[in-house]
Amino acid sequence: MGFWGQFGVWLAALLTIGIISFLYKDNFLYKACEAIFVGISAGYWFIVYYWDNLYKKFYLQVTNHDLTSWERIIPWVGFILGVMMLSRLFEKIGWLSRWPLAFIVGATAGLYMMIYFVSNAMAQVASTIIPVFIGDWATIIANFFIVAGTFCGLVYFFFSKEHKGAFGLASRVGIWFLMITFGASFGYTVMSRMSLMIGRLDFLFGTWLGMIK
Amino acid sequence: MNIFDKMMRLDRRWIFLFLIIVCVVTYIIPFKVPIHVVPEVRSIYDFIDTLEPGKIVLIAIDYDPNNLAELQPMTFAIVEHCWRRKIKIIFTALSQNGPGMAEQAIRDISDSMKVDKTYNGKFYKGREIKNGIDYTFLGYKPYYGLVILGMGQDFRLPFPTDYYGTPLDSIPMMKGVLNYDQTAGVIDISGGSITDAWINYGQGRFNFPLALGLTGVMTAQYYPYLGSGQIFGIMGGLLGAAEYEKLADNPGRAMGGMRIQLYAHMVIILFIVMGNVGFFMNKRKKKLREKGI
Repeated sequence: MGFWGQFGVWLAALLTIGIISFLYKDNFLYKACEAIFVGISAGYWFIVYYWDNLYKKFYLQVTNHDLTSWERIIPWVGFILGVMMLSRLFEKIGWLSRWPLAFIVGATAGLYMMIYFVSNAMAQVASTIIPVFIGDWATIIANFFIVAGTFCGLVYFFFSKEHKGAFGLASRVGIWFLMITFGASFGYTVMSRMSLMIGRLDFLFGTWLGMIK
Repeated sequence: MNIFDKMMRLDRRWIFLFLIIVCVVTYIIPFKVPIHVVPEVRSIYDFIDTLEPGKIVLIAIDYDPNNLAELQPMTFAIVEHCWRRKIKIIFTALSQNGPGMAEQAIRDISDSMKVDKTYNGKFYKGREIKNGIDYTFLGYKPYYGLVILGMGQDFRLPFPTDYYGTPLDSIPMMKGVLNYDQTAGVIDISGGSITDAWINYGQGRFNFPLALGLTGVMTAQYYPYLGSGQIFGIMGGLLGAAEYEKLADNPGRAMGGMRIQLYAHMVIILFIVMGNVGFFMNKRKKKLREKGI
């Protein structure tokens, strides 16, 4: 590893320690590392957006004479809508930004409507309407939990009837299912955070200090 | 303040310190912990392992450096498995910092591929991995939903050239490859909402086999898609990567990390139990006091 490689490793190690130091208490080193991270992220994103959008998607298209005049006009539509969005910064002409917003809302709704409905509603409902008593005992138990969990979970979110009697019981079972789901999610989150720590330990002890090969 | 109060009001810094000590000690001392492979990881391994050499798989590297620790081991295990079996790969990186992650992975795995290795008793001779022959890296384009839809028509629509500026038509591997129909399936390794787009716009619209490699935080919320058959496999966090490494007989950082994870989880469970014991004992004491006992 050359000088700049080593420099990068040392810098990354010091920034890592700076961020971890927050675990003890808020301090100047942590604040400095945080500010560096925010600044670099903002700068990086700005550059990426400039080159990927303004340059590649607009400038290169409108200056490309191999394209038809129609293909060169279309990017101008996007550009003008983008400029209109910035009109929010000025009170008097702020209303202009409603046009690009309307375009975004309409286009996104149109794109999402059918695809989301098919993937997230129909497919999920279809996978819940299943015969319970089929296959080996493990499958039967799994199917039962899917059906009961879905039913009781839906009952919990049904607020047009008081949660009493059998309805209340189903609602209470529903909240148990929800709690177990949140617990599983939390467990995965803990695992995820520990993995990040392992990654940093790997860097500090392996790449930086060279204690582990 | 009695002992149970202390158990409930333990300064969080003691927990951090204890956790760090346990992690560092288990990191430095090498030992193995058992890893049990779940069917949803095995199905991804089986999918790759049963493909004919020469087939194409699309691997989407949709994560940023903040997910490197969890997801890079997954990428290493899967890509090396593919290349050892001479399966070609189309890489995409639809996360803004993804290209850097993909390039690093391609470079490191290409180096690893030069060495002869034996996995699961099968000998694989080392070979040079060539851009355009063994893989094509399409790179990054903004608005991932539209890019995924565009690739379903023709890869050349969102990506007229690859990441390095070579037109797709001049890349040998891409000859006759129009869209997802010419690939065996897609594996999305992701640390964010791009996964939703792969499920909704990709699998939902074009119906290709899709598997996911996700961060631990995301994993639980994507299991319903496994149950509905919209995805055929799911790898959750570092554990998922370790399971794949075990199946591929290619121990790496994920398997090494499992011993730390095991003991760190035990520490967390210990503190949860401590807190709960403190809470219930205090509650009991309060009740007894109210009754005048």
